[in-house]
Amino acid sequence: MGPKMTKEMTDTITNRVIEIIAEQAVLEPGDVSLDQTLEDLGIDSLGLVESIFAIEEAFDVSVPFNANDPSESEFDISSVAAIVAAVKTLVTQQAS
Amino acid sequence: MRRVVITGHGTINALGRNVPETLEAMREGRCGIGRLEFQDVERLSIRIGAQVKAYDPEAHFNRQKIALFDRFTQFTMLAASEAIGQSGLSFSGEAATRAGVVLGTSGGGMNTLDENYRSVYEDGKNRVHPFVVPKLMNNAAASHVSMEWNLKGPSFTVATACASSNHAMGQAMQMIRGGMADVMVTGGSEAMLCFGGIKAWEGLRVMSKDACRPFSANRNGMVQGEGAAVFVFEEYEHAKARGADILAEIVGFAMTSDASDIVMPSKQGAARAITGAMRDGGLNPEDICYINAHGTGTAANDKPECAAVADAFGHHADDLMISSTKAMHGHLIGGTGAVELLACVMALRDGVIAPTIGYQEADPECALDVVPNEAREAKVGATLSNAFAFGGLNAVLALRKAP
Repeated sequence: MGPKMTKEMTDTITNRVIEIIAEQAVLEPGDVSLDQTLEDLGIDSLGLVESIFAIEEAFDVSVPFNANDPSESEFDISSVAAIVAAVKTLVTQQAS
Repeated sequence: MRRVVITGHGTINALGRNVPETLEAMREGRCGIGRLEFQDVERLSIRIGAQVKAYDPEAHFNRQKIALFDRFTQFTMLAASEAIGQSGLSFSGEAATRAGVVLGTSGGGMNTLDENYRSVYEDGKNRVHPFVVPKLMNNAAASHVSMEWNLKGPSFTVATACASSNHAMGQAMQMIRGGMADVMVTGGSEAMLCFGGIKAWEGLRVMSKDACRPFSANRNGMVQGEGAAVFVFEEYEHAKARGADILAEIVGFAMTSDASDIVMPSKQGAARAITGAMRDGGLNPEDICYINAHGTGTAANDKPECAAVADAFGHHADDLMISSTKAMHGHLIGGTGAVELLACVMALRDGVIAPTIGYQEADPECALDVVPNEAREAKVGATLSNAFAFGGLNAVLALRKAP
């Protein structure tokens, strides 16, 4: 397993993921809350694929995601909080 | 009304170097998908495709031709040679002006683009070969066919992504019907299996890493293929007068636009194209025994396609057969409708329905007879061939047994 994350690191990840999602939703980051779903935010399938690309670029990770059946992917996209948690896991795993 | 028949067909694809080899592979349910082989493939996350392997351009073309023929043009020339040879037609004088060529492709000279971008960007070269432009242009294949066989009538190239070939063949059919030409060489070609071609598709995250499984509940995406198929379409009386061997009749064509989304297909747009092709061909739903599906192996395509068939056919949807041959030859993008029309011709001529291979688990949202895994014998009077492109552009052809 990779190194343990500091609180500062996890806050940075949370903020960056929210920024990426907010940009897709054409909202200010302050208007995106963790309990919202992508559907709540008006992000469609193309917006989702673009968000995943932006996450991969921002954190230099590879996200296991198949647009063919997003709900079956290992990467949980059920809410903003779920995406943030999934990105933290990936950053920890792939940092090793 | 002038009727349109097929008097020649030719192909090269991952299943075979000609029509007999390809149809044999389809009958046997053989899979042409394997590990991709080309430069930088190790930098891709998708490494499978239905590639034309052990192919040597020098076995078919001289050095001057190779300098001008991208891989998609080479495939077209080989398929056209088989088709025109089979038709027994030659074109001189008045006959040449009454014959044309309409072909489909999406990427055109993608290998040429890829090689030359690599050369100037990665290798830092400041000069490229003088023929890069005439080699990569989308109409190169159609133009070389017209030059090789002296076709001087209406000729052009259609690029509507995955529906390119069906749109091209639909245009060719209407040109003969409408009196613009007596003979049209038509079909399509694609050669997108190169680093840049696959890298671009990876981005959409709709490609499978292991297999193409159309209509199967455990499908996980599409797999690309390459190759070409070319047909000779001929006005019926013209073909009859010279005693030509008629392979099938093209009776109907329809195209529609979803006008909704750049990548997600709509059931309504597909259903209107299916119904339109039957109406144009004077066919009732009950006349259709077999449909060659677009069947890409993605949820985004397979579910609405099955729903569209159910809507267009009502209760007859349960009696007809629908298969996707993409699990065997891959998705040839702009060339796919042409290779798939071969399966329709086989159904009509030989009474053999090509299977949907790779099928493992029933999907309640695709509850049609998808001819899983094994070819079937059936008496077939009429067929449809579906193509639904990114951008929501749909094209469906209707065929009947030779008159």
